[in-house]
Amino acid sequence: MSYLQLQNLHRDFGTVKALNGIDISLGEGEFLSMLGPSGCGKTTALRLVAGFDRPDEGRILVEGKDISGLPPNKRDMGMVFQAYSLFPNMTARQNVEFGLKIRRRDKGVRGKRVDELLELVGLGHASDRFPHQLSGGMQQRVALARALAIEPRVLLLDEPLSALDAKVRVQLREEIRRIQLELGITTLYVTHDQEEALAISDHVAVMFAGVIEQMGTPAEMYTAPATPFVAEFIGTMNRLEAKVVDSGTGEVEHAGIRLQIDAARGRRNGERVLLLVRPEALELEARTNGGGPNSFVGEVLTQTFLGPVTRVKVSADGTTLITDMSAARAAALPVGAQVVARVPADDAKLLSLPDDGPGLPVLDPDNP
Amino acid sequence: MKHRRHIAPSAVVWLLIGGLYFTIPLIATFDISLKSPQTGKCCTTANYSWVLHNGDFWHTLKISFMLAVETVIIALLLFVPTIYWVHLKIPRLRPVIAFLALIPFVVPPIVMVVGLLKVFKGTPAWFYQQPWGFLAASYVILAFPYMFFSLDAGFRSIDVHTLTEASQSLGARWTTTLWRVILPNIKAAALAGSFLTLAIVMGEFTIANLAAFHTFPIFIQYVNESQGFPAGALTLMSFAITWVAMLSLLVFGRRKGGGPGGIAGMRR
Repeated sequence: MSYLQLQNLHRDFGTVKALNGIDISLGEGEFLSMLGPSGCGKTTALRLVAGFDRPDEGRILVEGKDISGLPPNKRDMGMVFQAYSLFPNMTARQNVEFGLKIRRRDKGVRGKRVDELLELVGLGHASDRFPHQLSGGMQQRVALARALAIEPRVLLLDEPLSALDAKVRVQLREEIRRIQLELGITTLYVTHDQEEALAISDHVAVMFAGVIEQMGTPAEMYTAPATPFVAEFIGTMNRLEAKVVDSGTGEVEHAGIRLQIDAARGRRNGERVLLLVRPEALELEARTNGGGPNSFVGEVLTQTFLGPVTRVKVSADGTTLITDMSAARAAALPVGAQVVARVPADDAKLLSLPDDGPGLPVLDPDNP
Repeated sequence: MKHRRHIAPSAVVWLLIGGLYFTIPLIATFDISLKSPQTGKCCTTANYSWVLHNGDFWHTLKISFMLAVETVIIALLLFVPTIYWVHLKIPRLRPVIAFLALIPFVVPPIVMVVGLLKVFKGTPAWFYQQPWGFLAASYVILAFPYMFFSLDAGFRSIDVHTLTEASQSLGARWTTTLWRVILPNIKAAALAGSFLTLAIVMGEFTIANLAAFHTFPIFIQYVNESQGFPAGALTLMSFAITWVAMLSLLVFGRRKGGGPGGIAGMRR
């Protein structure tokens, strides 16, 4: 049975449909990340669950009980905010203790619980510091301890790491996941950082324009995007608009080049499709003679060193392709080098496009 | 190597002129206050003794002080929740309230008092004829701009939305949130508004005089007209009262927690 359910949630702000009928079902102790660009409705959904806003339509259920009409102080939802939200007039200890005082817990119980939680977030030594004496990362840890202190039914995290620097962000997201698993608390996490979402979640829901485009495990989202938008948003993807020319042999055509793609078999001839190839799946080598089957011939446009890999951008007859490879291999293919980019027949995905529909959604013009 | 700070000579001159502008009247008043009422010669504490032994001094001082405290309490009870609500729920109303807050500055006191006397004319005697009723109500109106702009600055310096939502998510009702989370963080602003209100009420003359109430400023004016040398002592003593109030603000307004720059809950 689902522990947390969001059923057909709608929320309009004037003419803007912030949420247009979202459904989420989450088991007890599971971690779901809501991922999407700014304005997609993910924070609105979280605020509806927290009770800071009311849905125009739809219901929110926890353990089968409708909580849509409850005010936020009656919902037992622990929340960590994007902005630093510690009470400036209270020490870290007093902040964590606040919710327990509201609940009139015994002083001894309060003290023990606060000590445990501050140790859990690694701040036992800083309990008497005021918020302005703590770094951003420490403040968010205290905020997490404060949210957990009340033993919430659901933990809500609204981009809690977005104000922190990159290294602290990675450290803290791992700690959030460790604590969530340790306590087995059902968690809703809002982020626009896909790497963050993929790294710590049991499930990821990608949202766009107030609807959930796709929901699944991180691996499913990465390897089998269900819509062009998800393909664009999760990771980096080569996206080529093509047409099925022979469904028997699995042949598609893009910009006059024919490619053999396993996934095209059984599709309708003439069908418009989106060919998806991850940069790490695209094979790139120096051109010695002709291109050969399933390949594009072009030249290296740019090289970007990303640490573990080097990203190479190739221009081939009006098509821009990107591929990731080791720095050593990339060194052999300098900018301007003539190269062949080979599309693997068994490692490319296809998505159907409407025959007379619009072009591809573009989120990042640098990311073809 | 440390750089020594140099103060420009012109700055020293201006500081000196400014200092003299404020201190010369005080020195002159102090000089007058030490002169004997009989001989007109220096130096005696008789004027201070006269003031301290004058029943009207204590009576009017008590009335004005109680009025000031009453005004501060009413103004805080009225304006803190209102301004909190405006910041939280209807921020677009803030400019309207800021405009309304300017009205007591713009309308001359004489016009205001005539209007207030007309407005409150039909009210019961316990209100209309008592300083605790009519005068306090009028002073709350006078205090509006001072309270509003002080509190508004306080509310703008913290993230009211996030702090309120954080408190609510932990189970607090809005009254608890206001009392335990918001108020402690706007304490300095509330104290500043309270002090300004206190100073205004302690020195307000026009309304009290035209409405025929006997308050401390009325007493000062009466002594000033009738007895020159004790008036000097009285002026300095009222000045001292103002300073004591200001020091109280500094002592009570010192924040225990929080701090400048990067403070949690502050707007970024």
